[in-house]
Amino acid sequence: MSRTRYRLVVDPVACDGAGVCAELLPELIGLDPWGFPIVESGGVPPALVDLARRATVSCPRLALHLVRVDD
Amino acid sequence: MTAPSGPARLLADVGTTDVVRLDAHLARWGALPDVAPRTLLEAVDQSGVRGHGGAWFPVGTKWRSVAAGRSPVVVANGAEGEPASGKDRLLLHHAPHLVLDGAAVAARAVGSKRVVVHVADDSVADVTAALAERDRRGLDTCSFEVVVAPDRFLSGQESAAVNTVNGRNPGIPSFVTLRPVRAQGIGGRPTLVQNVESLADAALIARYGPQWFRSVGTHDSPGTALVTVTGLWDAPRIVELPLGTTLQSALGITTERAGAVQGVLLGGYGGGWLPTSTALALPFTEEEARARGTSLGAGVVVLLPVGVCPLAEVARVARYMEGEGAGQCGPCVNGLDVLATQLELLAHRPQSLRGGLSAFPTLCGLVEGRGACHHPDGVARFVRSALGVFGDHAALHLQRGPCRTTAPFLPVPAVTGAVR
Repeated sequence: MSRTRYRLVVDPVACDGAGVCAELLPELIGLDPWGFPIVESGGVPPALVDLARRATVSCPRLALHLVRVDD
Repeated sequence: MTAPSGPARLLADVGTTDVVRLDAHLARWGALPDVAPRTLLEAVDQSGVRGHGGAWFPVGTKWRSVAAGRSPVVVANGAEGEPASGKDRLLLHHAPHLVLDGAAVAARAVGSKRVVVHVADDSVADVTAALAERDRRGLDTCSFEVVVAPDRFLSGQESAAVNTVNGRNPGIPSFVTLRPVRAQGIGGRPTLVQNVESLADAALIARYGPQWFRSVGTHDSPGTALVTVTGLWDAPRIVELPLGTTLQSALGITTERAGAVQGVLLGGYGGGWLPTSTALALPFTEEEARARGTSLGAGVVVLLPVGVCPLAEVARVARYMEGEGAGQCGPCVNGLDVLATQLELLAHRPQSLRGGLSAFPTLCGLVEGRGACHHPDGVARFVRSALGVFGDHAALHLQRGPCRTTAPFLPVPAVTGAVR
């Protein structure tokens, strides 16, 4: 049985470093010295998918994307 | 009309002819054969030819990904924004019809009727004259148009080229991870952006077939490469060498001559430095370059002579690259500026550099993989490798202070100023 897996992708052109994502999802997103997000590269654990989705729709620039991983 | 047997292919006549005009071109190579698109795709696949714009991606794979789309557009890309590269300009000047033949072959193979020739300002006259010759003969069934690339480092980047042709954010890359240009590029159409040298290779593959193409080079990197070599002669020179050969043998570099070189840059300002002995003995292929942490890029080789401060050179290039950024991604805008500033301190005021060299790997890590394009990744590779190869020199700066100023060596044009 396979479960859909996701990863988070930041559109660095759209992102202006508001930092909302890091506040809503500190488990997977940190900030660099200039306030831009650094996203955990390992993908989104199933338990955090809903929170990750909430972070994407809360981004004021809609720069955070939850992308399905095809394996 | 026989296929050339030696390593010189694209530049076979460069010693005797300035520009190969259409009559001479047809006498030399013959007309393009009338071949079905499927056969062309197979030939290009089997030839193993790879992209010479810097990514070395298999050309056949790229063509197939675009051929699946509806009414694709072909871009013959000769923008060549890399200051240490001159091979695309030379090819477009010397053998424009090989490039245009190759573009016609690509268009036929992927089912396109529209070719955009995207070149630097210096190449427009060469291309326009060649297109006029073809027009008089009624040689082509696809349409050709010429678009001038802005004079910027990033102009030749795939999505930047598409933006230039689309007339929106010219010379500035887009974030294409979620929407690649092969699916949605010029006018929203599937778009094949292919370097002009790869297209010229395709023009010969269409004539002589994949087996002929593979008679030179290695299994994974067949054919030849046009390489811009700086630091070996009085002026930079462009040579065509068989892939897989060593620079030492291809360029005839003696041990004595090599002793006057303190390090070699492969792949240009987004490439990486190697110790001289490693670089000269390296089989010249992208796989070998990557295995040593660098890339051939667009075929750029710079031999840095002893007596030039490598750190001053690296700092100057880093500042140029910072200024040539598109200015749209936070990590790149902020990170490259700090990186260039730290390198300037190391080069000219090392006593003011807090924490010694330890800041550099961290700074490089903060920009890598975090841009819409690979600009920050390339700068990080350039800087990391420089501090590896010139580590002893950096330690000397920290102990004894900077070198006395020497004349700039690496070609760095005036920064054009980012379009922001």
